[in-house]
Amino acid sequence: MQLSPATPRRPLALRIGTLAAFAALSSLPGAAGVLPEDEADAMYHRYEGGGVTVQGPSVLIRKKIGDNFSASYNYYVDMISSASIDVLLSASPYKETRTQHSVSLDYQHGKTTYSVGYIHSREPDYTADTSIFSLSQDMFGDLTTVTLSYSRGWDRVYRDIKIDGAIMNDPAFGQRVDHRSYGVGVTQVLTRNLILGLNFQALTDQGYLANPYRKVVFLDPTVSNGYGLEDQVYPGTHTSTAGSADLKYYLRYRAALDGSYRYYTDTWGVVAHTVQLGYTQPWRHWIFDGTFRYYKQNAANFYGDLFPRRDAQNFMARDRELAAFSSYTVGVGASYEFHIPRAPWIQKNTLNLHYDRLMIDYSDFHAIYNNTVIGPGAQDALPLYRLDANIIQLFYSLYF
Amino acid sequence: MRVVRVLFALGMWSALCACAPIEPWVKPYEREHLADPIMSFNRDPISSVYLEHVFGTREGAHGATGAAGGGCGCN
Repeated sequence: MQLSPATPRRPLALRIGTLAAFAALSSLPGAAGVLPEDEADAMYHRYEGGGVTVQGPSVLIRKKIGDNFSASYNYYVDMISSASIDVLLSASPYKETRTQHSVSLDYQHGKTTYSVGYIHSREPDYTADTSIFSLSQDMFGDLTTVTLSYSRGWDRVYRDIKIDGAIMNDPAFGQRVDHRSYGVGVTQVLTRNLILGLNFQALTDQGYLANPYRKVVFLDPTVSNGYGLEDQVYPGTHTSTAGSADLKYYLRYRAALDGSYRYYTDTWGVVAHTVQLGYTQPWRHWIFDGTFRYYKQNAANFYGDLFPRRDAQNFMARDRELAAFSSYTVGVGASYEFHIPRAPWIQKNTLNLHYDRLMIDYSDFHAIYNNTVIGPGAQDALPLYRLDANIIQLFYSLYF
Repeated sequence: MRVVRVLFALGMWSALCACAPIEPWVKPYEREHLADPIMSFNRDPISSVYLEHVFGTREGAHGATGAAGGGCGCN
């Protein structure tokens, strides 16, 4: 068996565990004294932009068990076809599939709801397991709901290489990442038309946090293209905190206005602001949604678009997620409600179509490909990278 | 000294308030608008989880949104 030269197929999703740590929190009931409705959803999702297409199904089923329990299951698939700018710099286009299973169980006792959940995500070179516990309590005449949550995640990171023409995990590379997440949320009724949501979350990550495929770029006048590549080096720990406020207001002609703000900071020096505005307008059997989202972040302390030399720093990264950038997202959605006369056990059905346009402008991430030539002093002339993406969700929901 | 008195008075007021039951200022029969599905922070969980996943894999920030998802497609 012969190992080929390191053949980094692709950058991978290192953030699986981090994101999974939040995932089951979405299944928390909106109010502690009420279990969520019984429902089943089937979705087709598609993301296309920057040379990447991610599409696949998602199925969610939620059912009450007796008067006090509610269980849910979510099956989610990402089918990825990638020729992103990162891949074109230091790897080769690839295709792969990620599958995720999530289960949760809610138990309601009086005005308190206890929730437990488990998520398993698997792709060829990354597995993530996350367990979640949360507690919600209604208080002050049911005007206030307080939620406390905790999650713990365990990830395994692998690196694919080509051995005798076949792609498989590098037997010499296997790393771990652990996550812990702590959350507090408050939902507060302010008036008969206005509701406020406050959320705070702290997350710690420990382990191999770099991406084993991606490279940093450094100037090298001794080679013809003017630059060289080397592995990223990340710190072994990461702590982040995020706080958000969300206000929702009911308009007198039956419509809803929504505005939210989130502040994020972490120990890598990233500070981010997210502002989102939304408007919901029902009309006959339809509900229409419009959203606008603005996001801005600065770069991490150890991020570099083009390092001056090899081994320029002890920690080095060129992940776009750690670069300075701002983005706008404009979204529209339509939901149509209908009934099936021959199925009286179904309370209602909805057919939903959402479209979002994501536009990202990077401030310090230049478009460098494997055929780029950087002449002496010419690095400032490189164009900044820009990403536009289309996001489509088509799903059917059934309430029973 | 004045500051101490003010702080003492505020402390006493807070303690007394803590003992008194809080009357809901929005009565149950006044919550019709709040119960409308369009007022839900998370009307379609399957959709909000997906979108949070899309943003989370491309941005440095995450969390405190009440909805999220794990997964790939970050490149």
